[in-house]
Amino acid sequence: MATKILEKSKAFYTEYERAGHVDKRATHYCPGCGHGVIHKIVAEALVDLELQDRTIFISPVGCSVFGYYYFDTGNIQAAHGRAPAVATGAKRSHPDSIVISYQGDGDLAAIGTAEIIHAANRGEKITVIFVNNAIYGMTGGQMAPTTLQGQNSTTTPMGRDVHNEGYPMKVCEMIDALHAPVFIERCSLHSSKHISRTRRVIRRALQSQADHKGFSFVEVLSACPSGWKMDPVSAEKWIEEHMLPVFPLGNFRDHIDETEGHRPQKPRLDNAAMRRQLDLVEREITKPEATQPMEAARNPEILMAGFGGQGIMLLGVATSSAAMIEGYETSWIPSYGPEMRGGTANCSVRIDEKPIGSPMIAEPTILMAFNRPSLEKFAPKVKPGGILFYDSSLIDIEPERPDCICVPVPFTKMADELGNTRFANMVAMGVLCGYTNLLTQEALFEALPSVIKRRQFIDANRKAVQSGLDYGRKLREQQSN
Amino acid sequence: MAKELLKGNDAVVRGAALAGCRLYFGYPITPASEIAESAARYMPRVGGTFLQAESEVAAINMVYGAAGCGVRVMTASSSPGISLKLEGISYAAGAELPCVIVDVNRGGPGLGNIAPEQSDYNQVVHGGGHGNYKLPVLAPASVQEMADYVRDAFALAEKYRTPVFLLTDGVIGQMMEPVEFPEAVDEIPHFDWALYADKASKHNLISSIQLEPDRLEEHNRHLQEKYATLEQEEVRVEQYHTEDAEHIFVGYGIVSRILKSVVDELRTKGVKAGLVRPITLFPFPKDCLSGLAQKEVDFTVVEMNNGQMLRDVELAIRCSRPVHFYNRMGGNVPTIREITDHVLARLEVAQ
Repeated sequence: MATKILEKSKAFYTEYERAGHVDKRATHYCPGCGHGVIHKIVAEALVDLELQDRTIFISPVGCSVFGYYYFDTGNIQAAHGRAPAVATGAKRSHPDSIVISYQGDGDLAAIGTAEIIHAANRGEKITVIFVNNAIYGMTGGQMAPTTLQGQNSTTTPMGRDVHNEGYPMKVCEMIDALHAPVFIERCSLHSSKHISRTRRVIRRALQSQADHKGFSFVEVLSACPSGWKMDPVSAEKWIEEHMLPVFPLGNFRDHIDETEGHRPQKPRLDNAAMRRQLDLVEREITKPEATQPMEAARNPEILMAGFGGQGIMLLGVATSSAAMIEGYETSWIPSYGPEMRGGTANCSVRIDEKPIGSPMIAEPTILMAFNRPSLEKFAPKVKPGGILFYDSSLIDIEPERPDCICVPVPFTKMADELGNTRFANMVAMGVLCGYTNLLTQEALFEALPSVIKRRQFIDANRKAVQSGLDYGRKLREQQSN
Repeated sequence: MAKELLKGNDAVVRGAALAGCRLYFGYPITPASEIAESAARYMPRVGGTFLQAESEVAAINMVYGAAGCGVRVMTASSSPGISLKLEGISYAAGAELPCVIVDVNRGGPGLGNIAPEQSDYNQVVHGGGHGNYKLPVLAPASVQEMADYVRDAFALAEKYRTPVFLLTDGVIGQMMEPVEFPEAVDEIPHFDWALYADKASKHNLISSIQLEPDRLEEHNRHLQEKYATLEQEEVRVEQYHTEDAEHIFVGYGIVSRILKSVVDELRTKGVKAGLVRPITLFPFPKDCLSGLAQKEVDFTVVEMNNGQMLRDVELAIRCSRPVHFYNRMGGNVPTIREITDHVLARLEVAQ
């Protein structure tokens, strides 16, 4: 008589030490539970397809939370419903891994709805095995999203009432609405014929992952005799009679053959290449002694204010960049607090010989105002002895600060004469530095490429800065004569 | 010299990339979105991966999966998003997974606003999620420190097998300052506990579940020992003019910057002020504070919250000295003037 040697798949541990049970060869699953069958199918596939060593098996909350007791593969236990996200993290870390997200119906279709839909929609190259037994088995038989209409559970003691709990959720059909998945099929364990089909389907799904094809999804209708309060044979019959009409079996999608495998290529870079990729450039930093600013502009706290769209933020960043290039300590900060309301754009720039304490400026030593509301609002806050630059082409009032140096300059008009109103900010930066000698022309010019993203505009901006510098210097000379 | 004028939210990403971080999973939220945007720009350029997750919860679980695979991975968010991430953070703490989480603290509770606050102190420093865990928390006060501390955070994370927080706020995240970056790290260490999808590592298990009470207790004791070691070994604190100080401010992050200016200002008025700036919020600089409390001093804790670190200061010095408190909330940042006036008024009353 021929003998057939049956042995456990090598993808299972010989003894389940992690379970800590007295019998090291028994699983924690109830008699008649489908998990054991699905585990066996997966384990045998991993060995036959030679995928075991590179497999990472994700066990989230549910009866299969202890998948790692049994599978001699890499194992990650995940939070309830989060397995597809955890699987994403694993797969993106090791693109050649075989990642299996093994989830029950509560886990996948209730608390983890977002994770499964989005992992599917991204086309994560993982395989999801979705065990649908129409009930929460592990927690003692509560309603699942897949619980059938009228089915009793501990939280639907009178049966699932569609007016209260809605209808059973059909997940394959939902996944099938997405573009990315390459394989979607619903199978069942209620007969040996269907177990064979499930076996073929799971193998196909895993092989497609090995070939870097895409997201594969296998739903398995599986019995929960304990949860359903039936004997195993009745449970199988119940699947056939009650679950199949609601959850029709079959392949929803098989794009495996026509899909080309894609494995992301990740280059390794040395330090120099890294820095280039990170836009970190070597540049000359000059000494703070390079300039001798006028006393009122030493270690200035500059507040720049105007309407949104006048380039105020850019002006601040450019000024701060130039200060950095010149070797100063500097900080730039967009406005916070009440100032941020009211449609005005403000930023604060500090430039200092010493490390900067607070980057916030309450009382500026220099104000650059580009509209009337800004001048009205901030002129009173300037420290006595400070400087107020303001756009005299847009502002028709004069600040009442006899204790300060007030410098009206037609920034906008000058920009218009240069051909573009938008250069007013650069004109202003030039005037600021020309008048106060705060920063050198070289530093201002060098700062421009890091703030003006479009190269073709750099020359024009440089002209605007130059025009401001000339204007500021001349004005200062006239005043001191 | 290579200096760049960068936002804190940008510097932290480039610093992380140079520190070997190659995966970023995140969800957009103001005022932390620039971190995701910078990661989206730079991670692919350095051979890494950026992924915009479907939710904060998904993002932290992606981090969990990647961290279990022995790679350097980070995420970032702002207060409401951090609240959502706490589930995954608890799992990562339980499973002892190294990763870095940046919190750009904004105004709360609820949706609050997008202005800076320090009101996440409790949820970040004292655990926040379920279970007996804590995480090392670094509090940068400048853009340079955003770049530097993210590297330190990865080192701490791997040394202690724990998630590490960078707790900052909308000011540090949004402000620009010059930054210098160190060399790129050559190699990421190989961890004997991580999964590499190969035969050698397949027996490793990434898990936070321990059904047996005795085993879970043992695991919890192991975690507490780790936290005790962190308290012994990893406290970082900056002191400013504390040697002769009679009035000592305590503040972290952006507040510490403001307090430095306050100390300078008060000293010009003859008030012997000093500053203790905790750089690590956990482990908290208890010894530094209790040491200073040996002298005739008083403390003023300044926070942009309802007094969350205040309790840690009082506990550190066992309430042995007066501890005053000055705060702003709702996204308001205290000015140098208001803090200075507050202290001067108090001192006058005392005289």
